Amino acid sequence: MSSQSTSSAPQARLNPNGAGAAAVLAAGIGSFLVAAFAILADKAALIKSLMNFYKPTGPLSGVTTCSIVAWLAVWLILHRRWSWRNVEVGRVVAAAFILLFLSFLLTFPPIADLF
Amino acid sequence: MEMTVRGLWTMIHGMGFGALYLMACSGALVELYRRYRSPLGPEIKVEDERFLRIYLTAMAVLAWLTVLTGAYIIYPWYRAVPPPGTASLAAFPQRLLMSSPTTAAWHSIGMEWKEHVAWPVPISITMAAVVFSQYRRSLRIHTELRAAVLGFVWASLLATGIAGFFGAMLNKNAPVSGGATIHIVQGEQK
Repeated sequence: MSSQSTSSAPQARLNPNGAGAAAVLAAGIGSFLVAAFAILADKAALIKSLMNFYKPTGPLSGVTTCSIVAWLAVWLILHRRWSWRNVEVGRVVAAAFILLFLSFLLTFPPIADLF
Repeated sequence: MEMTVRGLWTMIHGMGFGALYLMACSGALVELYRRYRSPLGPEIKVEDERFLRIYLTAMAVLAWLTVLTGAYIIYPWYRAVPPPGTASLAAFPQRLLMSSPTTAAWHSIGMEWKEHVAWPVPISITMAAVVFSQYRRSLRIHTELRAAVLGFVWASLLATGIAGFFGAMLNKNAPVSGGATIHIVQGEQK
């Protein structure tokens, strides 16, 4: 294919959307997990102490490290399952946006404190 | 003219990495929207795609540097606990803010939100950089993936704005300062 050419339908078949969908959904899940782990660490003393990976930073170190590890693990798993096929990417993207929106909402302290 | 080591790190974190990321967002959004919105748009040169791939990767590096310096260099200074009997809380920003009802919310809402809402930023822009690198011009036909990349970059801009605003206001009300002093320029006395 010419380096100057624009994309085409055959190119989409050669480059299935699964890998992209895996990356998008994993990003949504990773973002949501930051909020979920932060709420758990705030509400449960045991989890708070377990999340204290690096004392000067406190539980934030564990919350973010666990979120990043889980994000990368989910990404790897989804990538292995989806990378060579086309998936219903519209629904995957919608789910990722909902998770991203929830991460913003649930990290806002007045809302996080409702739990 | 002088500044402390902690002040310098705060500046590198906020005005260096963070502000640079914030400014870079607009460029990424314009390029992604303008060049990839339609399958019938003008041809895309290989060198333009290479540039955008490097640009998004550099943004991802900036985003990671911002959150890592924030969480592991500056935040420990911010949340340091003063020893018993400490008269001045100037070197303990979190305690200084919480010592007054007029400033406590800068910590309980501002810092509490900032320290968490910033983390989806590197996750989002890393995803955007990887998806763009993998699909490049075929994002024109993978419209949902293109929408996802644009949406996550928009979200990262919003989150960086929130974190940046509260970072600036926190530093205004209770600056992170201390450590060795760096002399920059010797001024003349009048």
